[in-house]
Amino acid sequence: MLRLSDVVTHYGSLRALKGVSLEVHQGEIVCLLGGNASGKSTTMKTILGMVHPSAGRVEFEGERIDHLPTEEVVRRGISLVPEARRIFGRMTVWENLLMGSLVRRGAPAADVAQDLERAYALFPRLRERAQQLGGTLSGGEQQMLAIARALMARPRLLLMDEPSMGLAPALVDQVFDIIQTINGQGTTILVVEQNAAVALGIARRGYVLQNGRIVIHDTAETLLRADHIRRAYLGEN
Amino acid sequence: MDVLRILPQQLVFGLALGTVYGLIALGYTMVYGILFMINFAHGDVFMIGSYLGWGVLAALINAHVGLHPGWVVPLLLLVAMTGSGLLGAGLERFAYRPLYARGATRLGPLISAVGASIFLQNAVMLTQGARMKVYMTNLLFPRTWRVQVAGVNISVLVVVMMGVALLMMLGLHLLVQRTTLGRSIRAVAEDREMAAIMGVNVRRIIAITFFLGSALGGAAGVLVGLYYTQIDFFMGYSAGLKAFTAAVLGGIGNIRGAMLGGLVLGIVESLAVTFVNPAFKDVIAFLILILTLVFRPTGLLGESLPDWEKV
Amino acid sequence: MASPAARRLAITLGVAAAVLVAPLVAPSDYVVGVLTRICLYATLALGLNIVVGFAGLLDLGYVAFFGIGSYLYAFLASPQFGVHAPFLVALPIIIAVTALSGILIGAPTLRLRGDYLAIVTLGFGEITYLLLINLDRPPLNITGGPNGIIAIDAPAFAGFVLSRNSHYYYMFLVTLLLVLVASARLRDSRIGWAWQAIREDELAARAMGINTTVAKLQAFAIGAAFAGIGGCFLASWQRSVFPDNFLFTESVNILAMVILGGMGSLVGVLLGATLLVALPEIFRDFQVYRMLVFGLLLMVLMIFRPHGFLTPRSRRPEEPVAQGALEEEAEAPLASRPS
Repeated sequence: MLRLSDVVTHYGSLRALKGVSLEVHQGEIVCLLGGNASGKSTTMKTILGMVHPSAGRVEFEGERIDHLPTEEVVRRGISLVPEARRIFGRMTVWENLLMGSLVRRGAPAADVAQDLERAYALFPRLRERAQQLGGTLSGGEQQMLAIARALMARPRLLLMDEPSMGLAPALVDQVFDIIQTINGQGTTILVVEQNAAVALGIARRGYVLQNGRIVIHDTAETLLRADHIRRAYLGEN
Repeated sequence: MDVLRILPQQLVFGLALGTVYGLIALGYTMVYGILFMINFAHGDVFMIGSYLGWGVLAALINAHVGLHPGWVVPLLLLVAMTGSGLLGAGLERFAYRPLYARGATRLGPLISAVGASIFLQNAVMLTQGARMKVYMTNLLFPRTWRVQVAGVNISVLVVVMMGVALLMMLGLHLLVQRTTLGRSIRAVAEDREMAAIMGVNVRRIIAITFFLGSALGGAAGVLVGLYYTQIDFFMGYSAGLKAFTAAVLGGIGNIRGAMLGGLVLGIVESLAVTFVNPAFKDVIAFLILILTLVFRPTGLLGESLPDWEKV
Repeated sequence: MASPAARRLAITLGVAAAVLVAPLVAPSDYVVGVLTRICLYATLALGLNIVVGFAGLLDLGYVAFFGIGSYLYAFLASPQFGVHAPFLVALPIIIAVTALSGILIGAPTLRLRGDYLAIVTLGFGEITYLLLINLDRPPLNITGGPNGIIAIDAPAFAGFVLSRNSHYYYMFLVTLLLVLVASARLRDSRIGWAWQAIREDELAARAMGINTTVAKLQAFAIGAAFAGIGGCFLASWQRSVFPDNFLFTESVNILAMVILGGMGSLVGVLLGATLLVALPEIFRDFQVYRMLVFGLLLMVLMIFRPHGFLTPRSRRPEEPVAQGALEEEAEAPLASRPS
């Protein structure tokens, strides 16, 4: 479904990605692991068209998307749950969700209402807070809102950038449970994470990124069990 | 005492003036909210709106058509708003976008705006002449046409002025708060990158914002033309600075703040002129601006920003 | 042929010679007048260059100091108050007072971001103009109102009273050279480095221990002082001052000289001043289009050459690499860009 081939991305004169290749197949959960400054965020940005690669290709469902503007990429069915949530604090929960369905501009109102219902079903807390400003929600609630918002677009591929960041362990488990549920409902997911253990717990395959290069690619099971790999490439985790 | 007798009159006038300031201020605040840029040429967009209205009115008068404010005023507004809106969008596209798109220093767009302002003023001066133009308002609103409002005798024109201004502000408020377009605008103003990730066409939203803000300025131009009857190519400069003061006073980037700031400024200025030499009326506006920026830079309604965002 | 250094020396000597004999070989007194104006505006531009070019503070109300200096000389050397101070007594007073006014006007702007600073200084410029044009009401006619002050004394040095344009030319030229040298020294001094650091990234400058408050006030004070000198010279040359000498467009005019020449570059500023004084004279017939072209020029300059025509390639900042749909934009104000 998604394929990166030898992607090289620069920030100014700095080479952040030095030839990254990865694949995500339909229905999977794939995780992309790595420490700080390994290039995880850059990979996300490249996929989304926020930065354009200087070399290599990004293909989604057979079509090249690497030089499209972000609005276009998103319209093709890729949604992002960004790092640090980044919900619109000055809008209500309901308005945030509506923003999520913006890409489905032509959709009938009934569909949007249905999507809203689904979001509230998945995250009952959001229904309670529907008219509250996003900025007043707790960290965990904001994370749920961010996920729900991304789902409003009915994406075929969901990108998640460090969903566990800044959350208490209990909440992290909750969030990853939800990720599995979403996947079960048919959404393909690419998760970028520093917390390797919990990400590998739900993924089918994992890539490890270090210094802008993929250094390991294997099934999640194998990665989970290989202690030395975890310690060598994933730092504290 | 004389002063007490004219006070209610002055207050009403101050309110009317204030709503107009508010309309112009909205243009500044909307652009600032979305681009963090002061559109120095906005005052001149207002001026051109005024000229457009004058042109249409003069043409109508020459055509010896039966004039009634009921349809003439909306027509003037429509023409002025469309013209000003397009001008503002044009400025954004050709004079500003190349600059902020390049991540140029913040001064770049401002200096370009100063250049645009000078260019527009002189373009109008050269094509329309340096002498002022006159709105034949009395053909639409005879001077005798007055009403009693809350015990004060005011001209219908003032009522219409306020009514139109308030209606437009309400319209803008509803647009921004209740429509998808409005949500997109708010999203871009809050977090541009995230808005793009949501699929918002950021460039288009910016252009629309400029259009809307400038259109409101154009409408204000017509209203000012009708009330003061005399317009000249330089009027955008001082009106612009005052409206900017109003926007800052209310909290720049904040739509309700612009409206509030306009009202406050209108009233303060109008009262001050009663008690102080009218020649210094402009000084008052500048003083308010400076005092606001020094002592309460986020304005009356502005949110408390984190330190590194403070104005 | 000769080495680049030798060539530069030759050019400098050539220019110096030309500049020195100019009034003697000029075709008319009118031309001498233009040359004199160039020297005057070059001095002003160098002053603004310190504020805008070195320290990065966009002062849109610079004309205020110009006006203050002018009117001060008018107060000190005309029938207005019956004071007729000698030039060399008036000048230091003017420098001191304008420097002080620079500090007073700069002080409220210290915490403000670039564009707000611009608007506030603009406001001060306007207030100054309004004061100049209105402070003539009874009982105290201070500024002469719209009619200004006339019959100002000509400068006299040891009995020699300046009368011809060429006299003024040499006086302005000498001053310009002094100001030029002073600017160069300042630029290379510790305070010059402080200014540059502030211009690039104020937060980082503060983190480095630079007292940005003092540095900024110094920039305002020195810039204002140069403008005060210019003002004093204008008053003594024109032998009169009017409020309309000090409109906002004049601030923009001087700013354009600084921008055109490349903010910070001394030679560039001189060239900018020369161009912007000489060209309108050459195109006198198109006088009426002057401001129109001017406005267009500012827009075009910003789009195509934001760092002036004359900044050497090495000093132009790197063009940011195309980043895709979302252009990097520094939204944070005074603060440094979030990394």
